[in-house]
Amino acid sequence: MADSPLIEFRNVNFSYGTRPVLKGVDMSMSRGQVIAIMGGSGSGKTTLLRLIGGEVSPSAGSVSVAGQTVHELSRDELFRLRRKMGMLFQFGALFTDLSVFDNVAFQMREHTDLPESMIRDLVLMKLHAVGLRGAHHLMPAQLSGGMARRVALARSIALDPMLVMFDEPFAGLDPISLSVVGGLIRRLTDTLGMTSILVTHDVQESLQIVDYVYFLADGVITAHGTPDEVRESKVPFVHQFVHGETDGPVPFHYQAQTYSQDLGIGVMKSV
Amino acid sequence: MVKQLKVFIESVGHRVVDSIWRLGYATRFILLVLLKSVPGFLRFRLITREIYFAGVLSLIIILVSGLFVGMVLGLQGYETLQKFGSESAVGTLVALSLVRELGPVIAALLFASRAGSAMTAEIGLMKATEQLAAMGMMAIDPIARIIAPRFWGGVFSMPLLAAMFSVTGIFGGYLVTVVFIGVDEGSFWSQMQSAVDFRYDIVNGVIKSGFFGVVVTAIAVFEGFDAPPTAEGVSRATTRTVVTSALAILGLDFVLTAFMFRGVS
Ligand SMILES: Nc1ncnc2c1ncn2[C@@H]1O[C@H](COP(=O)(O)OP(=O)(O)OP(=O)(O)O)[C@@H](O)[C@H]1O
Ligand SMILES: [Mg+2]
Repeated sequence: MADSPLIEFRNVNFSYGTRPVLKGVDMSMSRGQVIAIMGGSGSGKTTLLRLIGGEVSPSAGSVSVAGQTVHELSRDELFRLRRKMGMLFQFGALFTDLSVFDNVAFQMREHTDLPESMIRDLVLMKLHAVGLRGAHHLMPAQLSGGMARRVALARSIALDPMLVMFDEPFAGLDPISLSVVGGLIRRLTDTLGMTSILVTHDVQESLQIVDYVYFLADGVITAHGTPDEVRESKVPFVHQFVHGETDGPVPFHYQAQTYSQDLGIGVMKSV
Repeated sequence: MVKQLKVFIESVGHRVVDSIWRLGYATRFILLVLLKSVPGFLRFRLITREIYFAGVLSLIIILVSGLFVGMVLGLQGYETLQKFGSESAVGTLVALSLVRELGPVIAALLFASRAGSAMTAEIGLMKATEQLAAMGMMAIDPIARIIAPRFWGGVFSMPLLAAMFSVTGIFGGYLVTVVFIGVDEGSFWSQMQSAVDFRYDIVNGVIKSGFFGVVVTAIAVFEGFDAPPTAEGVSRATTRTVVTSALAILGLDFVLTAFMFRGVS
């Protein structure tokens, strides 16, 4: 059990309506690791996380977490599984009617019978870890983007879950908070025996803290490996991504007609 | 021509089918809310909070409107009744109009635009900002935690608000006719007391406002939950709450009245 992977994607296909997003994704993620998923904007990274959390179901293939196939679980079983997961949403998704403190305390109050004094200590510890203990009385509307993101991060680890999914935890952070948050994710994973999935664009920062990297493009896993393998990689796609080059196999543009067609230039020529 | 007619009939058909589908969807949603109401009742604090937001915060507008409506009823009633020399019956007129009709109906219309729209907007925004999804990912059912308490908060508030509307209305009528115009105070109250029947007038009025409470809050929470997760989607849903509620209140009022006051003098 201990060495079987915590999460397995087997030939997962998924589409929103008729638009295919994932086409046969295979991945396997081991316990106790920090795994990064990288890929261009709109490549389906958030969708991968939503599949793991059972928010959406694959149209073919399966996603299993801790040996359970997520989309086959009953509601109660799914909720039991979710109790062991934490998720940092890409846009934070803080409860706007609750203070920072109450946001972090929310799951503790809903899921445990801990006395209020203990909840207070736990919440302040989580907030301290993200450097926002002093902000516990603020409302989400009073936070900056980066602060809100860190509060959401504290909330996602409130119950010390076995698996945490971070959807772009570094977005909007200054370099200092960025390395603090990176270090925090690494430390939590090591000390709590947690598994972390990190969706990120921040190649350099994440290569320093992760154990394994998957590259997603066009709905398939195009490359994967340890950070060292990735840095050395000669695969054009990976090379382009790691070194941030504009020219290469990763398209910057969402699929469209040709530029000249959209601007009407093509039409004029044919007249 | 024939083609245009065909297109027209098709579009009408589509609309009808869509509306019926949506009605069924909404009904199923509300049944789900009812099924998931138990946790809210076990933690009644959640519902009390919503009674505060839907009920207590609507009090000002309800009380002020009630007062004015009662004052107008008093004036108009006095005008007409004094032509027949029966101005002392003005108390009866004010009380019956309010308790049977105006109390439940106007209070419900105000409630829909004050509390119902707020409920839709709040739930719609929570959905648009992924707060509901986040809650679901925390293994907390947003229907049980967010929707059901709001639904019951509204359902409990409505009859109370309607009753307060009627009471301030009667006070407004008293103020205008007895205090300002000088109608005899004794006959104002005693005629009202003998004419207003507890079972037929007051209880029926409360039943009406109970129905209105269920309908308005059901529409409000459904529209919020169903709103497309965009600014435009939420604003449209809010408008729909107010419009649909108003139509539902007035239509339902006719049906309920037809059943309640048949042949009772
Ligand atoms: N609710 C939705 N309905 C329809 N299409 C969607 C929906 N959510 C996402 N998509 C589409 O699915 C594709 C993948 O979306 P996803 O959010 O997974 O991308 P992502 O990799 O997380 O991108 P980013 O890095 O910009 O967050 C996108 O092309 C997007 O247009
Ligand atoms: Mg994303």
